[in-house]
Amino acid sequence: MHRFANPARFMRIAERLLPWVSGATGLTLIAGLYFGLFASPADYQQGETVRIMYVHVPAAWMALFIYTTMAVASVSYIVWKHPLADVAAQAAAPIGAGFTAMALITGSLWGQPMWGTWWVWDARLTSVLILFFLYLGYMALVNAFDDPERGSRAGAILALVGFINVPIIKFSVDWWNTLHQPASVVKMDGPAIDNSMLIPLLLMALGFKLYFLVVLVIRMRGELTARRVRALRLVEADV
Amino acid sequence: MSAFWALVGRDLRLALRQGADAVMVLMFFVIVVTLFPLGVGPEPGVLERISSGIVWVAALLAAMLSLDRLFQADYDDGSLDLIVMTPAPLELVVLAKCLAHWLTTGLPILIVSPLLGVLMNMRPDAFWVLLAGMALGTPVLSLVGAVGAALVLGSRRAGVLVALLVLPLTIPILIFGVGAVEAAVGGYGARPHLLLLGAVLLFALPLCPWATAAALRQSTT
Repeated sequence: MHRFANPARFMRIAERLLPWVSGATGLTLIAGLYFGLFASPADYQQGETVRIMYVHVPAAWMALFIYTTMAVASVSYIVWKHPLADVAAQAAAPIGAGFTAMALITGSLWGQPMWGTWWVWDARLTSVLILFFLYLGYMALVNAFDDPERGSRAGAILALVGFINVPIIKFSVDWWNTLHQPASVVKMDGPAIDNSMLIPLLLMALGFKLYFLVVLVIRMRGELTARRVRALRLVEADV
Repeated sequence: MSAFWALVGRDLRLALRQGADAVMVLMFFVIVVTLFPLGVGPEPGVLERISSGIVWVAALLAAMLSLDRLFQADYDDGSLDLIVMTPAPLELVVLAKCLAHWLTTGLPILIVSPLLGVLMNMRPDAFWVLLAGMALGTPVLSLVGAVGAALVLGSRRAGVLVALLVLPLTIPILIFGVGAVEAAVGGYGARPHLLLLGAVLLFALPLCPWATAAALRQSTT
């Protein structure tokens, strides 16, 4: 694992994989959207609005997944001081915030016809909103220092402190009596939804995950280049 | 342990000699609560309905305002470097700082809150629940606030940033603190809410000093 922490080696491998992953992202998203919008039945209760779920649920999964990724990256940054882990965490934050906003907005659009309200203050919605604030707080903190190194270290600790929210979001529908429905895909006794709806859902989830990888690598490449420019400028200023 | 009490004593002495700081936070708390009857109108029914929420939100904001006292002054004059270098475990040092901070902000807020409850038409039988909730909740504000205060040391616009980081993390305190009072007013038991507040406190007591110590180490090296 540590072998790949070398930024130059990481970038070489990432460059080689990027076109393939990008292609796979496009194909999965197109297939997922086709199955989700055309080849799957409307729900007997929700009608056509059920199709919002194919964006909403994967986006919410990504919101949690990306925060977990950031927390793991932050641990390895604090413990092993891998600069790449810090670059990854910082590059992931805006993507995670984007997915969180997407989950909140699509959920709101679904809630208006289904629950009759754009927003309710139940445990799931509130905890996801807090997650959104945590993403924003992380980005604000990382950029608040004149010394980027200080921002990275403070951000890593904040990402770990905020991780407490992730299990709360996951189990909020079980712990509290909420309007939001409990989990129906990842369950002990198998998913509680029909295959015709499960397939587009999983395709979209895979597509979102691949999209995250592609954007993450692009953002990391940008950040690594920016750091190199900064280092070169510092050397130039010294001479 | 002697280092622990020495640090608590030092911070208390500092706070007493610059008494204006602690009083200002308390004044802020009182003024924020006073704004609401003027803003939403002085109808007793409405005020009674929102009283617990207002008092708790104002306490949260006042606690945010006081967080810069926790480490910022010591950071500016360099004494924080010396405090970090003491042989005592840094987590214990942080705990001492939090205790002193709670004694100078959380405790005064707690003592004044029933008085504000009277101003806000709160039902008298809810006072004890409000006090119990505050007694369990305000230490958590100091503990969680310490993490934020340590993280923003040396950053630009630290005062706004710390509120941005800490306020989302204090939402559980607000929910359970207000929930306890509402339950007492509504005739249900406030016990579950108070137990949850106690659980949050027991959770924060070991974990927050640990995170704060990590943040202090990275900010002073």
